Amino acid sequence: MMARVVHAIQCIGCPIGCGGEVIVENGSVSEMTGFTCNKGLAYAAEEVVSPKRMVTTTVRVSGGSLGLLPVVSASPVPKERIFDCLRLLRGMSVAAPIAEGTIVVSDALGLGVDFRAARDISSVQ
Amino acid sequence: MREFSYDVVTIGGGPAGMAAALAAREAGAARVLIIERDRELGGILQQCIHNGFGLRRFEEELTGPGYAHRYIDMVRASDIDVWLDTTVLAAEPDGVITSVSPHAGMTIVKAKSVVYAMGCRERTRGAIRTPGSRPAGVFTAGAAQRMVNMEGYLPGKEVVIVGSGDIGLIMARRMTFEGAKVKAVFEIMPYSNGLTRNIVQCLEDFGIPLYLGHSVTAIHGKDRVTGVTVAQVNDRLEVIDGTAFDIACDCVLLSVGLIPENELGRAAGLALDPITGGALADQFRQTATPGFFAAGNVLHVHDLVDWVSEEAAIAGRSAARHAQGELPLSGSQRSVAVGEGLRTVVPQRLSAFEQGKMSVRFYFRAAKPMGASLLQFWADGVLAFERKLRVVKPSEMIVADIPVRKIGDAATLEFRVLPAPEKIEADDEIEEEA
Ligand SMILES: Cc1cc2nc3c(=O)[nH]c(=O)nc-3n(C[C@H](O)[C@H](O)[C@H](O)COP(=O)(O)OP(=O)(O)OC[C@H]3O[C@@H](n4cnc5c(N)ncnc54)[C@H](O)[C@@H]3O)c2cc1C
Ligand code: SF4
Repeated sequence: MMARVVHAIQCIGCPIGCGGEVIVENGSVSEMTGFTCNKGLAYAAEEVVSPKRMVTTTVRVSGGSLGLLPVVSASPVPKERIFDCLRLLRGMSVAAPIAEGTIVVSDALGLGVDFRAARDISSVQ
Repeated sequence: MREFSYDVVTIGGGPAGMAAALAAREAGAARVLIIERDRELGGILQQCIHNGFGLRRFEEELTGPGYAHRYIDMVRASDIDVWLDTTVLAAEPDGVITSVSPHAGMTIVKAKSVVYAMGCRERTRGAIRTPGSRPAGVFTAGAAQRMVNMEGYLPGKEVVIVGSGDIGLIMARRMTFEGAKVKAVFEIMPYSNGLTRNIVQCLEDFGIPLYLGHSVTAIHGKDRVTGVTVAQVNDRLEVIDGTAFDIACDCVLLSVGLIPENELGRAAGLALDPITGGALADQFRQTATPGFFAAGNVLHVHDLVDWVSEEAAIAGRSAARHAQGELPLSGSQRSVAVGEGLRTVVPQRLSAFEQGKMSVRFYFRAAKPMGASLLQFWADGVLAFERKLRVVKPSEMIVADIPVRKIGDAATLEFRVLPAPEKIEADDEIEEEA
């Protein structure tokens, strides 16, 4: 017999910050309470099996009006791989000019997640 | 000295200044100018590289620069003039603005309407009276954010954060990402001033402890910070004897609140609200100085940029109408008061209503955290409107649209927040005006 586990989950889907419970029986979610929208329900169900987070950081820029380019993951990254992604991005450098939305890394570490430029950076002559 | 004239000038080119300028142009102001002291538009958003902006305004989760970019594109596509690298030194009540820039020197602009959009600044150590010497390594969280995200420089390796405001929480994660060890966050109040989502994804995710009801009583180190002493406080915020302990660190970040940047207003004799630190404004966001409007963090500190953009659009539109001589005269103004449970309200004044206006949107800050609550509006001592709130937190602004028919011509207007008699499943929807 597998146990019935109650997980207290705090939703991070939006600034309202609903708190609730997810009950897992025999390895699958049997009941959820406290989440007031579908986004929150989806987040909570995923949080107990495979938590994921959006990742934002910076990448070095050469020849740009700014030395750093902010980048953002196009979708959430499995929590335990966040630092691997950061290491990958820290080792990189991109050349200006860069347009917002440009894919800086596609399919990072085979996770199926792209990292994109969060702003424009012009080049300096 | 060169002289120019404009219908509407915004002082500041952050989200508030841009949204006000765009709304002013749209409302028919012919000549609109944004004056920004930085080298680019976007304001504080350019250093806020995390995501979580724009859920309301664009129904998308954007980064700070991403949100700014949407507005910068709109400004570029318009014929609004933008002066960068230009600092406003004075704005006189008659609309004469003096500014200075390295390329144009001193310049005078005559404006029919002015929108204050200078944002806010962070409280510093002096403002919170942390004792101890002044070693290097103590920064405001926002200054550290600029260093890490824009200048590529890590302000320390072992970090203690004082105050649990959102910028501090965001920086706890950011410094962790950059390889620093964040040892703890200390908050003097018994509750956090940050959003719950930031406590989860910036502290709990990385096992960073948050100590509530704790105060930093000393910062150690001669040239460079070497550590802090921390102690528990009682409900009167006094240190409890025998609870002190030391933590070693080489960097202290302060996240102890924001205050509107109102030096220009103060110099021109602008009437301020002592609690918000911003101007007293009416529903058009007109200040007590005719022709001067205010929006965004310079008026009151916002936590969501979406509300900043919305408020600035009101200010910009009103500024355009004033420039065209179409803004109705304020008439005899009524003041709006806050009672039990609330700390601030904006607007603090009501002028004569515009023709056809159905409701007025008010923004509030609660005095303390509460569970299920009722926001009440009392007109001449009679309960005229009530809205259910599932939770109330001082860190999250409360927004309510009050129907004009409920306000009527009552002379005294007061808002309160009371505990709700029963559990509330969901907030009442904000009634949007068509
Ligand atoms: C660190 C931080 C993190 C935040 N995180 C979030 C978040 O996650 N989600 C969210 O929705 N909101 C967030 N916010 C809130 C939101 O970003 C702000 O409320 C918003 O940027 C305020 O816009 P503003 O235009 O009023 O001020 P600002 O963005 O500060 O812009 C003011 C501008 O005025 C200029 N200026 C000032 N004085 C002068 C002068 N004398 N002459 C010329 N120019 C001048 C400044 O250079 C600046 O560009 C955060 C805010 C901060 C500070
Ligand atoms: S459940 Fe929905 S409303 Fe509640 S915090 Fe999550 S996303 Fe926001």
